[in-house]
Amino acid sequence: MNTVCGNKDTRIELFGYTLKNPVIPASGTFGFGYEFADWYDINILGSISLKGTTLEARYGNPQPRIADCPAGLINAIGLENPGVENVVSRELVKLDKVYKGKVIANVGGHSFEEYTRTAAGFNGADKVFAVELNISCPNVKGGGLAFGTDPKVVEELVAAVKEASVKPVVVKLSPNVTDITALAKAAERGGADGISLINTLLGMRIDLRTAHPIISVKRGGYSGRGVFPVAVNMVYAVREAVALPIIGMGGVSSARDVIEMMYAGASAVMVGTANLIDPYACKNIIEGLPALMEELGIDKLTDIIGRAHNA
Amino acid sequence: MKKETLEIIKNERLTHDAYAMTFEGCSYVKPGSFVELNLDGFSLARPFGAGDYADGRLTIFYRVVGEGTEAMTKLKAGDKISALTGLGNGFRTERAKRPLLIGGGLGVAPLYYLAKDFASRGIRPAVIAGFRSARDVILGKEFSAIADFTVATDDGTEGFCGNAVSCLKNNSVDYDYYYACGPTVMLKYLTEFDAEGEVSLEARMGCGFGACMGCSIMTRSGPKRVCKEGPVFDAAEVIL
Repeated sequence: MNTVCGNKDTRIELFGYTLKNPVIPASGTFGFGYEFADWYDINILGSISLKGTTLEARYGNPQPRIADCPAGLINAIGLENPGVENVVSRELVKLDKVYKGKVIANVGGHSFEEYTRTAAGFNGADKVFAVELNISCPNVKGGGLAFGTDPKVVEELVAAVKEASVKPVVVKLSPNVTDITALAKAAERGGADGISLINTLLGMRIDLRTAHPIISVKRGGYSGRGVFPVAVNMVYAVREAVALPIIGMGGVSSARDVIEMMYAGASAVMVGTANLIDPYACKNIIEGLPALMEELGIDKLTDIIGRAHNA
Repeated sequence: MKKETLEIIKNERLTHDAYAMTFEGCSYVKPGSFVELNLDGFSLARPFGAGDYADGRLTIFYRVVGEGTEAMTKLKAGDKISALTGLGNGFRTERAKRPLLIGGGLGVAPLYYLAKDFASRGIRPAVIAGFRSARDVILGKEFSAIADFTVATDDGTEGFCGNAVSCLKNNSVDYDYYYACGPTVMLKYLTEFDAEGEVSLEARMGCGFGACMGCSIMTRSGPKRVCKEGPVFDAAEVIL
């Protein structure tokens, strides 16, 4: 039994793969994983969502890319990554030395072709048990609007990636839309195996001395504790709209947040910004789960998925 | 790299806008490394170069430039602060036989700890420190005790009139390798010199330990993270 402590069963299952616990560092906040092995034994993690990967290497946006905010931060990294070939041949090999579990590959793109070819690039990687599609990237042919804002585009994109990839496909939804359930349904129609949400909320901060936006590309994605209630609401809504497993994220910073997110409908929970504020965030959350389960009278985490919908 | 709780033993105003904060309870940190301070009420920790270190006591130097550093001025002896210490690569101290340490503004702070490191091994470095004006000068007395120290001010109110790099140009300094930290424009001017050396860079950081790519810069050998592969880079490698 992979239980973390005593008689508490923290295991969950995603697409036939069993995770020790539902805690997964979110893409973009955990590099390719191995950086955190210098802080603690990362084998305690449920899984890891890798840094967003594109077909070719990308340097990303100019400096500054980060701005501090109350209860979170704004980032506009611009998908800096070494490209899918290097991720598979180099980064996954480095990660494998310090993490024995399987991981989620996060895929970005600026065209259908880039998404499908990048996702297919992970087909031969045994270390990867699912592909997570970041559909918040700008669609170059679609005038730069994010792929994730148009249900028709989302459905077609997911269908194309499903055809190219041999892995289960999780679609990561953007909260910067009028009705996120419409996008969740589109992803389901396209053949998605799961939904993850929420990506960051668009935000901006302005330097009071220069009157310029702090972020070089002006706006970025706001994440951190402040977005948690927004995320819980959207996870709850998507749970009612689709039958797919949901990975909930957005401001999760404690074991209590994990339980709340699962009550809302999440089968697993991603922890993002908290990792950047405290490298031990995921470790503390995982170690806090059994005691909190005891306090709440929970024996098995799989029992509580969507509990708020029956309450 | 360590996560530690540091206790402030001194938070002292040095000039009209520069402060020195000394902590107790810090594990050994290398010259050129930095720490991230988690300030109450802020999400992201703030990075500061190690300005001095001995026997578990760390000193950082800071200037009030925004909300975070403003809040730091209010902290008092006895206050505890959560920190990530020993971050970044640090200076390659073995590279110089006759070191020149050249800095501008608060950039002189990590050079002070470096100068002490050389002094502890019987090497007396040459130090050129540039400031805007006489009222901005910090660490003058401390440097003079262990180094051949020259001060430069932009307005000529103390020492050489001009910036640290023009001071270097106008004086014959005997050195075989330099260590620099200061404003980008100063470093850029310096890297155009026909001399070997390394520069310590500053960046707006997210995590401070290589996870978020928030502080990446493009170098002649590809993208590098200031917090992880840096903050000290070969002068020949950086594009300023």
